[in-house]
Amino acid sequence: MEHILAANGVVKQFAGHTALDNVSLTIPTNCIYGLLGPNGAGKTTLIRIINQITHPDKGEVLFEGAPLMPEHIAQIGYLPEERGLYKSMRVGEQALYLAQLKGLSKAEATKRLKYWFERLEIGDWWNKKIQELSKGMAQKIQFVVTVLHQPKLLIFDEPFSGFDPINANRIKDEILELKKQGTSIIFSTHRMESVEELCDHITLLNKSKKVLDGRLKDIKQAYKNNIYQVGLQVSNANKISAEAILNGFDYAGLEILPEENQINCNIQLPSAETSTLLNALSAKGNINYFEEKIPSVNEIFIKAVEENH
Amino acid sequence: MKKLRLIIKREYLAKVRNKSFVIMTFLSPILMVGMIVLIAYLTKLNDSEQRVVAVLNESNYFENSFNSTETLSFLQFKDITLEKAKDSTTALGFYGLLYVPNSSGIEQVAKRTVFYSTDSPISEVLSKIERVFQDRLRENRLQSAGITAKQYVEVEKEFDLALATFEGEQNLEDLNIIRALVGGAFGYLIMMFIIIYGGFVMRSVIEEKTTRIIEIIISSVKPFQLMLGKIIGTSLAGITQFTIWVVAGGILLIVALAVFGIDPMILLDRSNIQTMTAGAAQDFSPEDFEKIKSVGREILNIPWFTLVSSFLLYFVLGYFIYSSIYAAIGAAVDNETDTQQFIFPIILPLMLAIYVGFFSVFSNPHGPIAVGFSLFPLTSPIVMLMRLPSGIGEGGVPYWQFGLSILFLVLTFIAIVWLAAKIYRVGILMYGKKPSYKELYKWLKY
Repeated sequence: MEHILAANGVVKQFAGHTALDNVSLTIPTNCIYGLLGPNGAGKTTLIRIINQITHPDKGEVLFEGAPLMPEHIAQIGYLPEERGLYKSMRVGEQALYLAQLKGLSKAEATKRLKYWFERLEIGDWWNKKIQELSKGMAQKIQFVVTVLHQPKLLIFDEPFSGFDPINANRIKDEILELKKQGTSIIFSTHRMESVEELCDHITLLNKSKKVLDGRLKDIKQAYKNNIYQVGLQVSNANKISAEAILNGFDYAGLEILPEENQINCNIQLPSAETSTLLNALSAKGNINYFEEKIPSVNEIFIKAVEENH
Repeated sequence: MKKLRLIIKREYLAKVRNKSFVIMTFLSPILMVGMIVLIAYLTKLNDSEQRVVAVLNESNYFENSFNSTETLSFLQFKDITLEKAKDSTTALGFYGLLYVPNSSGIEQVAKRTVFYSTDSPISEVLSKIERVFQDRLRENRLQSAGITAKQYVEVEKEFDLALATFEGEQNLEDLNIIRALVGGAFGYLIMMFIIIYGGFVMRSVIEEKTTRIIEIIISSVKPFQLMLGKIIGTSLAGITQFTIWVVAGGILLIVALAVFGIDPMILLDRSNIQTMTAGAAQDFSPEDFEKIKSVGREILNIPWFTLVSSFLLYFVLGYFIYSSIYAAIGAAVDNETDTQQFIFPIILPLMLAIYVGFFSVFSNPHGPIAVGFSLFPLTSPIVMLMRLPSGIGEGGVPYWQFGLSILFLVLTFIAIVWLAAKIYRVGILMYGKKPSYKELYKWLKY
């Protein structure tokens, strides 16, 4: 199966406002799929529809090609953004309860929990009550509970919130490991650097509509704007000589380093054709670096949302 | 089904293991029994106090009329003046002084007799003395009218209108009251159960909402399953608690009464005296015995099977209706302080049912008000149970009323649980909104 999940023309309305407006997307199997968008874009609603917590007014969601059914719940693991645990229940008991609700037998759940608790070095928490643990500790247990039933599709909503950098890295490694094992992952976050690091595909929702989706690499290619970063070594670097050299090109961010006799700037070309520029530059001096500027996810996010306004 | 069982089990265990629940379960019977024992003990203490009344009898009447009893003894003063007698009474710490002066004729003597005491005397002492005079005066009056005591008893014989059903069954005036009391006890039990454990359900929903575990659970189970499991689990915990209360309370009471040497009849006597309004302290006449026997017979005659099985039916349906409303309220709010505005409308029909029951059903179990409220589904679990001790069918609740009441209840049950589940489903995932009735109405359409 090529796609773990596909949404076709999903519409969801709440009294007075539309949370999802004709959203279609396909989530490839075994990839990390970034679900991005500003606050209130409809991400949570979409995730809740995938989890069958709410149902779409129109459109359909297919799981491995079949319409979503209650049985699929056991194939999906969901770590919500707003998450908590029963405060007065013991860690082990609680994890067992949640695992059994996902359909695991008690024996199997115990075995897997022992494994995960050992793996994340939290084995001695088994008999502690949640109220005795810190927020980060509780987050770890929630992570374990989410992945314990080995679902085919995992949905993480801000999985790193509440973790210190060391534990955030631990969890990131676990997510990558799960992907390696063949799990498909939907990853929703506002932390763009982790999108950059983890995601293969992204979708951007804004104002209930999909504004962008595709492979992260392709999107970056699409959003690059023929801007090139140039470092040129010349015999005498000053403002006048630099402006003379760059005359005729659309440049910005001019930086002059007189001591190194270097000028740096970004040049905007009308097309991807670079030989004219390169020829012009190499005639004037030594090209220290010449690099196409690839936009960051952060920039793409802001640009796409602003364009959508 | 398996998930529902898991939820029920967790809710049950979470409740029973809760410290305050455990403390309440075991402390309540101790407190209750402690209070009963205390009351019984004080009553006994009160009763066993010996009161001495001094009598200064200067007349020729009432020579041997003042007989001491267990709690009241009479002491005769002889050949002293009234002033001296008064001084002696206070000096000796007696309860009071009865001064019977000499005069012509018993009527005059009685009229001029005075009872002196420090405080106003208690009714027990007063009525005892008054009865002595009353009896002697009556005797005297009858004699002068030429009527024998036997004739007088014939004259004074009380009249009880014989009651019977059309089937010729012997019946009793007090019957309605007895039946209503039995039914009222069942109805009251339902109300208490709904208020206590409905509140538990609500708090449990609020807890899941505020800890946000609801977000995690709701991706594994349907909201309706969770609500149902919560209601069943909590009510099982409630039944456990009630059972412990009854059993432990019963055992404790028996043990405590034995240890403190209190005759349980002390308590029963009191209540008997209160219910049997006629002749408070008179000795039981054969008629009274007959009455008690027929009361016992009537209690046995109550259709217990019908009553208990309908109790279970009304209890389950009524409890589900109300506790699903409680669950919906819990889902609608963010914390307990916001619940007040919604709780009052729930308590209202329950209170109404109890009041209607005690004021209307007791006196007229099949009158229009009783019928109306026993059909209205929010009050029927309580009011119908108050009517049911007279049975179903002829002489009792007509079949059609019983059937209609159950039908209304079942329909309401379905409608309310459906509506509550809708509010619950939306509410559990809504934070930071102070809900209004308008808002809740909107949720129904989500």
